[in-house]
Amino acid sequence: MKKTVFFGALTVAGIAAGAASAATLDDVKARGTLNCGVTTGLVGFAAPDANGEWQGFDVAVCRAVAAAVLGDGSAVEFVPTTGKTRFTALASGEIDMLARNTTWTFSRDVDLKFEFTGVNYYDGQGFMIPKELGVSSAKDLDGATVCIQTGTTTELNLADFFRSNNIGYEPVPIETNAEAQQQYLAGACDVYTTDASGLAATRATFEAPGDHVILPEIISKEPLGPLVRHGDPEWGDIVRWTLNALIAAEELGISSTNIEELAAGTNNPEINRILGTEGTLGEMMGLDADWAKRAIAVGGNYGEIFAKNIGESTPIGLARGLNAQWTEGGLLYSPPFR
Amino acid sequence: MSDAHAHSIAFVRMETLPESPPPARQTGMPKWLRDNLFSGWANTLLTLVGIWAIYTILSGVLPWILNGVWNASSLTECREILAGQTGACFAVLKDRWHQLLFGFQYPSELYWRPILAFFMMLVAIAPVLFFDLPRKLLIFTALFPFIAYYLIWGGPLATPLVALAGCAAAYVVFDRYGKESFAAGFLGGVAVALVVWIIGGIVVGMVASETPWMTAVPSRDLGGFMLNMMLGVTCVSLSIPLGIVLALGRQSDMPLIKGICVVFIEFIRGVPLITLLFVASVMLAYFFPPDSTVDLFLRVVIMITMFSSAYIAEVIRGGLAALPKGQYEAADSLGLDYPQAMRLIILPQALKISIPGIVNVAVGLFKDTTLVSVISMFDLIGMIRGPILASTEWNGVYWELLGFAACLFFVVCYGISQYSQWLERRLATDHR
Repeated sequence: MKKTVFFGALTVAGIAAGAASAATLDDVKARGTLNCGVTTGLVGFAAPDANGEWQGFDVAVCRAVAAAVLGDGSAVEFVPTTGKTRFTALASGEIDMLARNTTWTFSRDVDLKFEFTGVNYYDGQGFMIPKELGVSSAKDLDGATVCIQTGTTTELNLADFFRSNNIGYEPVPIETNAEAQQQYLAGACDVYTTDASGLAATRATFEAPGDHVILPEIISKEPLGPLVRHGDPEWGDIVRWTLNALIAAEELGISSTNIEELAAGTNNPEINRILGTEGTLGEMMGLDADWAKRAIAVGGNYGEIFAKNIGESTPIGLARGLNAQWTEGGLLYSPPFR
Repeated sequence: MSDAHAHSIAFVRMETLPESPPPARQTGMPKWLRDNLFSGWANTLLTLVGIWAIYTILSGVLPWILNGVWNASSLTECREILAGQTGACFAVLKDRWHQLLFGFQYPSELYWRPILAFFMMLVAIAPVLFFDLPRKLLIFTALFPFIAYYLIWGGPLATPLVALAGCAAAYVVFDRYGKESFAAGFLGGVAVALVVWIIGGIVVGMVASETPWMTAVPSRDLGGFMLNMMLGVTCVSLSIPLGIVLALGRQSDMPLIKGICVVFIEFIRGVPLITLLFVASVMLAYFFPPDSTVDLFLRVVIMITMFSSAYIAEVIRGGLAALPKGQYEAADSLGLDYPQAMRLIILPQALKISIPGIVNVAVGLFKDTTLVSVISMFDLIGMIRGPILASTEWNGVYWELLGFAACLFFVVCYGISQYSQWLERRLATDHR
């Protein structure tokens, strides 16, 4: 309760600050850079490489928006945020958008006064277990010791799952992912549970990743997506439709390799509308006609970004799963560009 | 006499025997071993357990260190090279060396600037730490903050010059009027400095060129151990004078000053440092318009300085309280006024007594600078926890990185503590 009041007070202050500069688009254009909030480091999603360049799946969304608005995918000022500072940074106007694997929940959307502009990764809580235990389903985990990060939604999800399946477990509370990794490898717990993408990334760092399996059950919904402040719907539209453009580009077969060719004009009117050779979609948002072309060109379409940062050819090796196009049995479904 | 003996006694030794060595068990190494390690069955047992413990630790750690891999581009490659043997993956230190020291955003072609500033810092603090050195060196110490600012942040040369001019003007005013009345000199100095800074700020804004000779580096780009050093050195050197002022203020007879100091000290000491840092990084952003915030580095320096000055004030108050009342009365009877009495008689003795406490706070403060990693500043720990462990190459390397950080901090903190012991011996604070 106290927390809610606290966040509420913050948000009121945030709205006051936000109202002073409602037109985020104008601010960004005047500044010449996009202030994009990212994590301080999460494997595959956002981390600076050895040269100090930010790379990752969430970073690619920032770059696409910067390319759409400013015409330059490198005109981004990445502002690293922790789980504790991310919402205040956005509410206070320090950043223009937040792309920090943030779960879209009711209270964050409504109570904290943010606007989620879509989902760029459908995650869910999973279980990892050593292969030698011979468990093939989470329902066989009766009496298992489980490493679990305290104070997270994963803890609550875990309790719900075991209670609804009428089986018992023994929690081993841990503080960080690093600690979990050590405890799990040392055998302090039989099972480690966290988001499935996190499990895959953790398993990829093991000496023998093949000795551990990730169980098929996913026990929670964690839709991760970029978000902006309430109070500036035009800016929210730009972020939302830039993400949609990346998703639609994959569906329609627009990639960074053939985009120049397609931009000359095609028989498919939707491709033409996205790439700006037909219609006035860019103008309606206050951008020029080439906005989506630039956004796609900077890092490729959704599928290319996925494959490059977290896909099966990377050490993290995530399968598309729920994040496949709706035409291929996934959940990615961009509204039409019309 | 001797003849008589010669007849009555068969043999008389006329010269002393050569000294024979003491029994083997009573000398050298065996004696030391017997006395110190095997002087009874209980001690023998403890010694054996100790040896066993040391052996266990070393047999685990030494192969890990000696077998370490220094040339690899990722953890996977390290493991391939080791092929199942025990061994550390020190390659991460080699690969990310510059990031650990300078953060990942400081332009690599400008690394010479913080390095130069570091060596100049050693020169600048030398006359403060070792008072046998020529006093003239203190002029360089006074100039150093401005040089260091210019080196590390770059930007127009006029900025540090204006700051320096303000301080110099304040000093001149204080020197001129401070002799008659401390308050007049002090307040006049502050006022003059403010005037110079405000006028200078406007002038710099107009004159500064777009492309300064030294490339400007924003505070957000600072990081690594450099950030820890900068925060540590700045905050320690600011909080000692502030702590002295607070300690004197708390002992003052003037109720307003005493009240302010007591409330400040008690409030700051009652709040965790991490809370203050969150206030600095998050809450203050609400009170400024989005584009004109106070620099994050400055905000953090202010918060840490406030925190440690409250602790130092209490340490110094302990020193003041330990002085016999006669010292205060002696100063009064000499006809000294308050500033003179403090400067010449009370503080030199009180500070001497407080050295261990101040050093304790300084060491703690230096280690506390790693807390800035929770407000997403990339100090040494922030670099390790964030960017390096989150890279696909090095995710999973813990011991090597954190061990390296521990070594760096140990070297600095141990150095500080050795210095304070030297200083205590030198000043002989126990009045023997």
